[in-house]
Amino acid sequence: MSENIRQQMKEEAFQQKFNQVKPKPPLLKNIIWAFVVGGFICTIGQFVLDYFLSLGMGKKEAAGSATAVMVFLGSFFTGLGIYDELGKRAGAGSIVPITGFANSIVAPAMEFKREGYIFGVGAKMFVIAGPVLVYGMVTAFIVGLVYWLRQ
Amino acid sequence: MTAYIMAFIVGGLICVIGQLLMDLTPLTPAHVLVLFVVMGALLSGIGLYQPLVDLGGAGATIPLPGFGHALVVGTIEDVDKYGFWGIFSGALRASATGVMAAVVFGFAMSVLFNPKG
Repeated sequence: MSENIRQQMKEEAFQQKFNQVKPKPPLLKNIIWAFVVGGFICTIGQFVLDYFLSLGMGKKEAAGSATAVMVFLGSFFTGLGIYDELGKRAGAGSIVPITGFANSIVAPAMEFKREGYIFGVGAKMFVIAGPVLVYGMVTAFIVGLVYWLRQ
Repeated sequence: MTAYIMAFIVGGLICVIGQLLMDLTPLTPAHVLVLFVVMGALLSGIGLYQPLVDLGGAGATIPLPGFGHALVVGTIEDVDKYGFWGIFSGALRASATGVMAAVVFGFAMSVLFNPKG
């Protein structure tokens, strides 16, 4: 009997210890990383946007220039190998901002450079960016057509 | 200061939606990017994305749905100005800076750098 109790206590202690050391479900951790990194990248974007606005640029021109700067940063840090390190933890936080779009262009283009500048760099740049542009533009076309028809 | 906090929160939340899609559905990052651009364009078309931009600033324009939004805003502007042919000119006119930067910087960095390891 006492043997049984001792066994049970052992198991409980094990379970307690196990709960302490077992990895937490990664979903919550992933969400926090995505939120913080994605939010941080957008805050940098806001900073760049405000800088261009302070130069007296119009709203749209400033937004375009800020996008270009973010694209530059995304491709530069991908070239340095830093962006993909960040991406391992940040997940969607580094994929969804426009810097991730730049990353999706540079990473495969670099990887396939040995296949040459036409079928390597030139073609592989658009492995992900291509579909994004195609479906974005087709959707914009449909929205534009509906808008024109309803005028 | 409020603008930066709002950019952080709105941008962060859009990324969280992307993370949930990646973790809870079989969608790959490429699927999520395409889906986000399409959703941004559609929401913009029904007038729901502009309020998010007014609220979050760069927090709404820097994530990929903001790209879809820019495409549609440009299209609608050009339809207002030029009629039918504006459907063809607006999207790329409005997103020209981003697309040009993506291709030119993307190309330059791919040529300059080599993958690690």
